Amino acid sequence: MSDFGLYIHWPYCLSKCPYCDFASTKIHGDLEILKGGYLRDIQKAPSGNLTSIYFGGGTPSLMNADFLDFLMNQIHQKWTVVQNAEITMEANPDAIDFEKMKIFKSMGINRLSVGVQSLNEDHLKFLGRQHSVRSAVKCVENAQNTFPKVNMDLIYALPHQNLKGWERELKQALKMGLMHYSLYQLTIEKGTVFYHCGQKTCSDIQARRLYILTDEIMRQAKIPAYEVSNYAHRGFESQHNMLYWTGQDYIGIGPAAAGRVLGYATQNARSVGAWLRQETTKEKLTDAQIQMEHLLMGLRLRQRFYPTQNLNPQAIAQARLRGWLIQTDQGIQPTLQGILMLNQLIQMLA
Amino acid sequence: MTELSHIRNFSIVAHIDHGKSTLADRLIQKCGAVSDREMKAQILDNMDIERERGITIKAQTVRLKYKDYILNLIDTPGHVDFGYEVSRSLHACEGSLLVVDATQGVEAQTLANVYKALDANHEIVPVINKIDLPAADPDRVKNQIEDVIGLDCTNCPLISAKTGIGIDEVLDVIVNRLPAPQGDPKAPLKAMLVDSWYDAYLGIVVLVRVVDGTLKKNEQIQFMSTGATYKVERLGYFTPKMMDTNEIQTGELGFVICGVKTIGETKVGDTITDEKTPCAEALPGFKPSQSVVFCSMFPVDMSDYEALKEAIEKLQLNDASFQFTPDKSMALGQGFRCGFLGLLHMEIIQERLNREFNLDLITTAPSVAYKVYKTNGTELVMHNPADMPDVTTIRKIEEPWVKATILTPDDYLGSILQLCTERRGEQLDLTYVGNRAMAVYRLPLNEIVFDFYDRLKSISRGYASFDYEVDEYRESDLVRVNILVHGEQVDALAFLVHRSQAERRGRQICARLKDLIPRHQFKIPIQASIGGKIIAREDISAYRKDVTAKCYGGDITRKRKLLEKQKEGKKRMRQFGSVEIPQNAFIQALKIGDE
Repeated sequence: MSDFGLYIHWPYCLSKCPYCDFASTKIHGDLEILKGGYLRDIQKAPSGNLTSIYFGGGTPSLMNADFLDFLMNQIHQKWTVVQNAEITMEANPDAIDFEKMKIFKSMGINRLSVGVQSLNEDHLKFLGRQHSVRSAVKCVENAQNTFPKVNMDLIYALPHQNLKGWERELKQALKMGLMHYSLYQLTIEKGTVFYHCGQKTCSDIQARRLYILTDEIMRQAKIPAYEVSNYAHRGFESQHNMLYWTGQDYIGIGPAAAGRVLGYATQNARSVGAWLRQETTKEKLTDAQIQMEHLLMGLRLRQRFYPTQNLNPQAIAQARLRGWLIQTDQGIQPTLQGILMLNQLIQMLA
Repeated sequence: MTELSHIRNFSIVAHIDHGKSTLADRLIQKCGAVSDREMKAQILDNMDIERERGITIKAQTVRLKYKDYILNLIDTPGHVDFGYEVSRSLHACEGSLLVVDATQGVEAQTLANVYKALDANHEIVPVINKIDLPAADPDRVKNQIEDVIGLDCTNCPLISAKTGIGIDEVLDVIVNRLPAPQGDPKAPLKAMLVDSWYDAYLGIVVLVRVVDGTLKKNEQIQFMSTGATYKVERLGYFTPKMMDTNEIQTGELGFVICGVKTIGETKVGDTITDEKTPCAEALPGFKPSQSVVFCSMFPVDMSDYEALKEAIEKLQLNDASFQFTPDKSMALGQGFRCGFLGLLHMEIIQERLNREFNLDLITTAPSVAYKVYKTNGTELVMHNPADMPDVTTIRKIEEPWVKATILTPDDYLGSILQLCTERRGEQLDLTYVGNRAMAVYRLPLNEIVFDFYDRLKSISRGYASFDYEVDEYRESDLVRVNILVHGEQVDALAFLVHRSQAERRGRQICARLKDLIPRHQFKIPIQASIGGKIIAREDISAYRKDVTAKCYGGDITRKRKLLEKQKEGKKRMRQFGSVEIPQNAFIQALKIGDE
């Protein structure tokens, strides 16, 4: 029996944020039809054990108890969910309340990832968020009182953001005492509202300073970075996301969901309509492609050593010379300098 | 045996796109030389590129029967670069049809080609084409032809080659108004070598015009310039299909296959005679065509060098005016220095290498041939910036100038005159032809090769027409501008330029390179220098941070594909010290035109 992670994509949001390039819309379709799509995907997927489940989106916390109940039943019929499997749901402060949390918890959700995004009202507005700082903080507190594991997402390196302001905000977030933080620097992706408006981020020198500052603050708080943008107390790393970075198999269910299953890359159509019409596309990955994926994901991890047997020793030596890598007999690991230039580093080693 | 009086040898001359090849097609069809089924539009334009670009590169001939007349049509190249090929084709016939577009009127190449026809003592009959178009104004065009060129247009045919209107009239005009060839059928054989080319099946095919006597199958002939003798194996006409005959008589055109091994043995304009009873004196002949534009070509993939060499050699078989020698560059490896008749000729060769031989090439900036007079009394021709001797050993440098004729609607005249002045032009003449202005300028060829033509087209929105002929060499204050990337001199980017233009050109190239070279982890200065003096500088700022913030399961495929693309792109990078320069930067940086 093979082990998998399971990713379930929920395509809807209350509103579309200007920086977001994930597959989501604010128009709700017929939920019964949607069930049919999920059911089809689940039936087509290979059987085995699930070591983690992740409801992402979109805003999956928008789904009602009945819908989650349906999905959970189908999942349990199809797979064996291992004991202590991490079952995460992404939530928005304005799309979940304390009652709903308790219901979700009773259905098996044991980790909530809250899209706080900022603890500064002005920044929330800039980011197009519909909730206030207060409601976000309340949401996180409720989650802490409900779930054993809670994460909060914050976005920084906004245009003209200064070091002092971010430090204050980050320390305020740390005071809430979570064990996991996802801290993303703002990037402008194609297809987003920001991209179309020509919105700029802060300068790359400033982004660099902000990243180094964040690294330092989080290290002192004993919640060090374990991936480019993810910080956790030892033992509280996201099990599900670790699957991606360590090149293990995961099944993707729902519109836009991708999977890596037994040597195949699977991809579902992005829009709900197309997804309902078309089945998952499957593509066999070559050894070289698999290797490249392992490299580009694996080097994102901060506290693991990446095996060097398939890498060019000269490229490694060159990267070490630049101070981008450390090497031990377990393999290589990017330094902070290396992480800041990770795209360049990966290109060198690929 | 056709009487000389029943033979007509003629050319069609025109400005590009005025309908020369379409008229030729119509004449061929009318005379029944090819069936409708065989009729491919513009049958005389053989090469793909000729048909696509609507231009004729090599001269082609066709023999037509009309009533009891033999009509030999020589289709001539229409573009400025091939002026030399035009002249020699014209010398093989006695008359020309001058095709002028009824909507456009007289253009620069109309004039240039008329002058060449006059030089060849041609009788010229104007033909006004495209009268079916709504914008056609034949009366205005007639007046223009009479005013500017001085040809009588009273009875000139008004035609539409496309729809077939007036084609009979054209045939009558050819018979009635163009002269018959002169010549003595009883005199010893005297024939002119008009053109030659390599055919994969037949070997070298020679196109001849018999001036006196008769050329017979199995005859032993001699090329007078070299003294070499050959036996005539096959001869005949193009109808336009190849038709074998046993002889080509006085006044006629035809092909000869006689065991010539290489194209180098055939000199255009050479006199061909009978070995045993040679003619008394040779024809005047032509001077060989000169390369005026040069560039270096390197394979993108170094392992393609042998393939490039083979391809270039093959192309030269058919095009003696294309010259090459091996070249070497620090930046680009091994390649060839090539000489061309002009910019279009260069583009065509590049395109053929690309298309017919599947070669990816890097081409350096085009240059002209300079004459360098050294202090020690020696003299050399230089067209590669890398060959420039130490400045202290140079007494003077001369550069080629051209005489350029520009015809333009009045609206654009101001900016065109300004362009000519900026490019060191000297005005020789400025006249009006109706609402069109005709400016005659002396300009350095160097400026034309750089971006003059593109600028001219863009400021006149394509309405100005342009023609030039190489005129004379003049002393010039030339400098070599070096481009330094991160302190390293990049030989492939160096160029020769007049001192007055050096700074402008240097700035332009530095600015372009700034956009073309990707950011590195360190700051990269890009400088232009003359000798040790920096004349322009741009900096590419360093990367401070280059990391993707989010990368989860749904992003892997996209990121992998991006990485694969970057890895592929890496192969196309050339390393200069610690800086990687993408190959397209070499072409793009020197690309002429849009600023």
